[in-house]
Amino acid sequence: MKYIITTHLLFTLILCPVIPGIIQKVKAFFAGRKGKPVLQMYYDWGKLLRKGAVYSRTTTWIFKASPLISVATGIIGVMLVPLGKTPNLLSFPGDMILLVYLFGFARFATVLAALDTGSAFEGMGASREVQFSMLAEPAMLLGLCALSALSGETSMSTMFTSLQAGTRPVLAAAIFIVLLAENSRIPFDDPNTHLELTMIHEVMILDHSGPDLAFIEYGAALKFWIYASLTASLIVPPGFSGEWKSLGAGLIALILVVAAVGIVESVMARLKLTRVPQLLVGATILSLISLILIIR
Amino acid sequence: MNSIFNFLMILLILLNFRLLSSSRLIPCIHTFVMQAVILTLVAWLTHRHNLNIHLIILMSVNVILKAIALPWMLSRVAHKRAISRELDPIVGYTASLIIGALLLGISVLISQPLYLSHTAVENFFLPISLFTIFSGLFITIARKKAITQVLGYMVMENGIYTFGMAMAIHEPFIVELSVLLDIFVAVLIMGVAIFHISREFDHMDTDRLSVLRDL
Repeated sequence: MKYIITTHLLFTLILCPVIPGIIQKVKAFFAGRKGKPVLQMYYDWGKLLRKGAVYSRTTTWIFKASPLISVATGIIGVMLVPLGKTPNLLSFPGDMILLVYLFGFARFATVLAALDTGSAFEGMGASREVQFSMLAEPAMLLGLCALSALSGETSMSTMFTSLQAGTRPVLAAAIFIVLLAENSRIPFDDPNTHLELTMIHEVMILDHSGPDLAFIEYGAALKFWIYASLTASLIVPPGFSGEWKSLGAGLIALILVVAAVGIVESVMARLKLTRVPQLLVGATILSLISLILIIR
Repeated sequence: MNSIFNFLMILLILLNFRLLSSSRLIPCIHTFVMQAVILTLVAWLTHRHNLNIHLIILMSVNVILKAIALPWMLSRVAHKRAISRELDPIVGYTASLIIGALLLGISVLISQPLYLSHTAVENFFLPISLFTIFSGLFITIARKKAITQVLGYMVMENGIYTFGMAMAIHEPFIVELSVLLDIFVAVLIMGVAIFHISREFDHMDTDRLSVLRDL
């Protein structure tokens, strides 16, 4: 019991930077390129952590606090979310709402830091980020409500162990769309465009440098891992009974989810900004359908 | 068996939402075809133990009409008039999605107190058939192009067919066939009418018809 919790946590904290690497590899495979190494993000960190940070004179402590907040919320989130049917370190009734608001808090800090720099460009990115996350949050919350209605539990760790079959694929689809939106992946935002007028998330962290940037990237990787493991836990078939077995199955499912993100990024173009709300409302509707069908 | 059934039913709901949210005409017609095929599949699954000649005729007429003949006619009109999408519907697509979710909730609510005395299938059928009828009705009133309205009408018939399937032990045959004949004739006439209207007037928005007057 203790071993599996420790293994899961260590796995997550150490392995989460592999995720962007896998996505890059899948995209490179589709484009017929060789691509960056899977471990690229570790090298980037090594480079960033050795550098010093540059702070503009207009910024205040808010700007320095936001990277720490995003890493801290990421680590708490990892303690809350199970992978497969592993028990987690922190669990109490209603912790799913804490998870949603942890991310809300991290986003609030990032947005404040972006506004703190006083740059109009970052303010624009912040406004877009807030607009889209406002639409993604109901989808996530309703999805988690449907999950708890499906299992009769309100704590994330017991939720997945007593999950019925029901409308799991619909829920997984809804949470997958939220994953793409919240982690600024392609149909919503292109993580590769720098200094484009269309970018959303990347624009907010333009002024961060050195260790701060490394922290933000680590927080983003943790957040991605959490969303991916939520989706993965939904698509793991309920047959795996043992904890270790379900952890393994969860890891495989997580890699599949990440590969699916890569495939989506390779075959789709960015949506027009005006079409983004429609897709997010679609995700909310998917969550709502499964909620209605479950509590029917 | 039961899980296949639930899967098909959820697919039916999702296809309804696809119809509500899509502005492109040809994918909408394809969605309608999928709906018709799924409905026939569900009918076969529920009644496969007591198949009789009536049911087989009903299903084959259903497939031939709704999955082949009517879509062919509609897509022919769409191709000839080069209509590919509905640009300015009366209710926007995001709003349609939200209204669709409300309709699903309402149909679940109003089907709860209803009790089917001789149902051949699960009670899952009733809310979904009501929802399909409602969403067809909504498409009929919320879109401007005549061809999309015809599509909504056909979706409504799909809902009635689902409803009929829940009762299909006794006398659905005559009713169902006459409804099918009805929509066949209606779509035929509307197809011809749309064709001629849009050839005469270069558009087929029905709201323009209300300002027609004698000179």
